Amino acid sequence: MSVVEKLGNVDRRIIFLLIALAVIIPLVFNISFMEHPSPIVQTIFDKIESLPNGSKILLPFDYGPSTAPELEPMATAVTRHCCKKNHKMYIMALWPTGQAQALRVIEDVIEEEFPEKVYGTDYVHLGYKAGGYGLINTILADLKKMYTTDAEGTHIDEIGMMSDVQNLRDFAFICNFSAGFPGLKEWVQFAGDPGDIPVAGGTTAVSAPLLYPYYPRQMLGLMGGLKGAAEYEAALVHGYPEYEKVYQRAIAIMGPQAIAHLVIIIFIIIGNITFFIEKKRAKKSD
Amino acid sequence: MYGLQVWIGALLTLMIFSFLYKDNPFYKFAEHLFVGVSAAYWMVVGVWGTMVPNMLAKIHPPLVRNVLPALATAEPEFHYIIPCILGILLLTRLITPIAWLSRWALAFIIGYTAGVRFSRYLQSDFIGQIKSSLIPIISVGDGGFSIGMTFSHIVLTVGVVCGLIYFFFSKEHKGAFGAASRVGIYILMVTFGASFGYTVMARISLLIGRMSFLGEWLGVIAGWFS
Repeated sequence: MSVVEKLGNVDRRIIFLLIALAVIIPLVFNISFMEHPSPIVQTIFDKIESLPNGSKILLPFDYGPSTAPELEPMATAVTRHCCKKNHKMYIMALWPTGQAQALRVIEDVIEEEFPEKVYGTDYVHLGYKAGGYGLINTILADLKKMYTTDAEGTHIDEIGMMSDVQNLRDFAFICNFSAGFPGLKEWVQFAGDPGDIPVAGGTTAVSAPLLYPYYPRQMLGLMGGLKGAAEYEAALVHGYPEYEKVYQRAIAIMGPQAIAHLVIIIFIIIGNITFFIEKKRAKKSD
Repeated sequence: MYGLQVWIGALLTLMIFSFLYKDNPFYKFAEHLFVGVSAAYWMVVGVWGTMVPNMLAKIHPPLVRNVLPALATAEPEFHYIIPCILGILLLTRLITPIAWLSRWALAFIIGYTAGVRFSRYLQSDFIGQIKSSLIPIISVGDGGFSIGMTFSHIVLTVGVVCGLIYFFFSKEHKGAFGAASRVGIYILMVTFGASFGYTVMARISLLIGRMSFLGEWLGVIAGWFS
């Protein structure tokens, strides 16, 4: 068997092993690269930055543990930014698993890094509500019709920061973290467009190409996958240099990501070369 | 407790990864466990996240005084009986002689979904996308003529027109029309390529997430020996 034939028929387990090594080695040696925010991510940062302190921001966590490696870094960075700007954060979830994911960010960012923030005054966790886009459609007109309690069962009227919220139009900005349906697309369709509310967010890389058409007229910005999260972290570090020393998860993970991509690109090139050589040989033998 | 959680997570991750070598009983065990736990989780969420607060607490609030005391004193909202009945009707599918009753509930669901989604799609995905595509080809901003934006607008306009021509089957794809259709195919190929690239990025991100977690697990083990 020639080298070309061997390369053309390489065992898939060897490819798995090489991909695993391409991820593990940069992780062990902490290989990372410089990140620069692209305009589509920078606009989200600029929006949160430009809002007056204390603005109301809705943060729907529409993802689960399976997509947390992609979406949690961006949720963490945006929440951190909102805390820095003293915005009021209204956290909710259209996904049942989103409630627990939101809780992780609340514990790791708000409670740990900003212990001065008061629940019910600076942030509220409204929890999961069933209904998907139907829920967005309803709360566009009347939020308290659907949210009678927060995630812990406290009556909504006993939460101070809910007193002046009637519907989605009362929010200055909606920043969604979405892993699919219902998610960012539904927030654009059912809240952003009909309510004329600025909507942006982060999605898994798989969903990102489907959401680009909404940018920039219907959607303010988009963080696509881990790359988008790393760019937001870069914008945050640039805007708040005190975060230079803080571990930025997405930026750190982009190192292994880039190396793994390189390995895949090499395999695609090898695959194409062997394909054309074999095709040429087959023609000659005919 | 945290160490135990990490151990369970790590062992299940390794069991799932073992499928990359070949199918085996460890993988099957982890797969079945996942399906069972997921089904149970959704059932619990359905009962405590939807039926209790959205049905019981609305129809007869005192019923939830032990689980949601904040809602126990609310006024009953009897119109919630209607969705409750529709929900029960859906279950009649399980009883063959009266299975036809479930169609009433399905008709309601389909009618609501079609109505709500149609109007929103029309606004956001049809009219909204047409508006977004109607852009000036030559871009002149605050800083004057922008060659980058102009190029971007030309690509967008040509891409949209050629993409639409490719899907226009009432005229034979020949001559200039055929050439535009061919450009449309290339535009579609670029789109599929970008989607594939994003998909690869997503999958690698998840792999890195699991690898980081396994690193955490190794850290727990190392902690025992230090």
